[in-house]
Amino acid sequence: MSQPTDTDSYAPSRQTTEGRVYNLSGGDWDSVVGSLGGDPLEEERLVLNMGPQHPSTHGVLRLVLELEGETVTDARVVIGYLHTGIEKNTEFRTWTQGVTFLTRADYLSPIFNETVYCLGVEKLLGIEVPERANLIRVMMMEINRLSSHWVWLATGGMELGALTAMTNGFRARERTLDILELVTGLRMNHAYVRPGGVAQDLPADYEEKIRAWIKEMREELHGVDKLLRGQTIWVNRLKDVGWIGVEGCLALGITGPLLRAAGLPWDIRKTEPYLGYETFDFEVPTDDRGDSWSRFVVRVAEMWESLKIVEQVLDRLAPGPTMVDDPKIAWPAKLSLGPDGMGNSLEHVQKIMNSSMESLIHHFKLVTEGFRVPPGQVYTAVESPRGELGAHVVSDGGTRPYRVHFREPSFINLQGTAAMSIGGMVADVIASVASIDPVMGGCDR
Amino acid sequence: MSSPTERPVPDDSAPEQSAANIQRSTVSEGPNDQPFGIERRGMFGVAGSGDTSGFGGLVREPWTPPEATRPFGSYFDEVVDSLDAAYPALAEGVTKIVVDRGELTLHVAREHLIPIMTALRNDPSLRFELLSSVSGVDYYNPNDAATNRLHAVYHLTSMTYRRRIRVEVAVSVADPHIPSVVALYPTADWQERETFDMFGIVFDGHPALTRILMPDDWDGHPQRKDYPLGGIPVQYKGATIPPPDERRAYK
Repeated sequence: MSQPTDTDSYAPSRQTTEGRVYNLSGGDWDSVVGSLGGDPLEEERLVLNMGPQHPSTHGVLRLVLELEGETVTDARVVIGYLHTGIEKNTEFRTWTQGVTFLTRADYLSPIFNETVYCLGVEKLLGIEVPERANLIRVMMMEINRLSSHWVWLATGGMELGALTAMTNGFRARERTLDILELVTGLRMNHAYVRPGGVAQDLPADYEEKIRAWIKEMREELHGVDKLLRGQTIWVNRLKDVGWIGVEGCLALGITGPLLRAAGLPWDIRKTEPYLGYETFDFEVPTDDRGDSWSRFVVRVAEMWESLKIVEQVLDRLAPGPTMVDDPKIAWPAKLSLGPDGMGNSLEHVQKIMNSSMESLIHHFKLVTEGFRVPPGQVYTAVESPRGELGAHVVSDGGTRPYRVHFREPSFINLQGTAAMSIGGMVADVIASVASIDPVMGGCDR
Repeated sequence: MSSPTERPVPDDSAPEQSAANIQRSTVSEGPNDQPFGIERRGMFGVAGSGDTSGFGGLVREPWTPPEATRPFGSYFDEVVDSLDAAYPALAEGVTKIVVDRGELTLHVAREHLIPIMTALRNDPSLRFELLSSVSGVDYYNPNDAATNRLHAVYHLTSMTYRRRIRVEVAVSVADPHIPSVVALYPTADWQERETFDMFGIVFDGHPALTRILMPDDWDGHPQRKDYPLGGIPVQYKGATIPPPDERRAYK
């Protein structure tokens, strides 16, 4: 690569093997072209770098677009800017601590990350989780699906200039996070689902609050219909944009709302039910256009279905244990709310500090060293808001995972960006990427 | 971008990515069934502490998944029979069949990977349309570097029959070549790149096998078991922090 050969502050250029290349970083196109003077642009082939710091690329996604005029002729996706080594880190922590790492992978659907990992660990252990814990997991996942889809609507709307969609979406998402906070204590990164069950039981007033939230969410969803479904700009920005059909989805491994929007009703909750999803009454919304509009329709319909599942869980929840009855796996301390936040219950601290040396040793061993998981490998999959979220969990018989790999739907689905964008307008790239709904925390892990 | 780590990065003797190596023969050597983990003694990884509790004498044996015998149960017999019919050389292609925790694993020799994956995808009685996941596992044994420690693991899903199976291919660090399945399953593109990035498995025939998550100029393959966790020089007022795996708690 050669050095800049002239000193034009607007468009410094350099000679390359492919001809003269001008680097532009803004300004009026006509005046830039005019300032180039005697060097006519033979072809207006423009390589446009979008991101990684760009408000429309969903975090730190980088797109390298090749343009002819405003038409995209090539699109390359560059990822890895948010790689944090979560999979490697889990190999150095106990099985229980693994949850606190993996919950941070796809930070918009933390409960799904925790659940799919815990399902894997439980399959390796060969243990049955109490009914109530499974119901709580289902309910929390569906609530989380709403919060995730709200962010998709809000950020997608913002990227297309629909700012009311953003304010409404984030308002509804904040209400949803209030419920997650009520149950887990945290808005995000909950580490609530643990191998063997969930970290703590539901708070006393959960039912009343969640039912009020469901009512509120239905009103918000009606608001989405009123605001966007007939909105001409919204419809025109999404319809026939970012098309990908069923064959393309299967070849590229794309699952979730994108696959269902293309017409294949593939939802792991129905096709390979886990956690008792087969006992719930809900529909799998599909559409047949395979474009960004279909994805909007499918995701909004999914939110209605998730609310139905949450209601059914509320009707069904009966008192019972929320952690497996095995003192070798379940942490002994029952968490309780103290003046300084959630922590070990006072009775438990008194017991281990005052009366029972063996309980202290047991607590210490289980928390610091962790439990052992028999050697083997499993693959578990759940239907996350973005598609098939899989966990490949390998144990060598020790107290730490030997290997945890996440099959991340954001990572896989982003491979469809080029297929959706090439041949379209550069503005439609934004709509396509928004309709994929990638979360870079999950994509890069 | 990144500064390469100052600590001795594990010997990455595998010559990578040069055209000559990609064209090399793909005959695998060495045993295919790698034990899960290595023998470990004691607890917390601490040695020579004069521990008299008796826990220091604990031995954790390496474990190898046992070979499955017929009937495999579930739909596994049907899958193996159909595959047998679709690919006559199956007996030499599949070196080991494991059924564990309700999951079927086919250990495949790498020179048979492409025809077996083709049969799995195309045969009407198999129809594994979706390659759910490609990842790697490093079954590292410091005492025996010649083993096929690098495993590429393919999780296949049949949407037609609602079945899942796992295909595993093992290669050694000295010859980490596996034929790419991108032509069969385009979804493997990024996943093979990630496996190359993290484990240094070279997928021959991949259209553009480059790093995907780590920076382009990174040294080593971070998910290998002999690659340390952390240990990157801290760029803050000359501070040095030992990598977590050298701190006592994570040994």
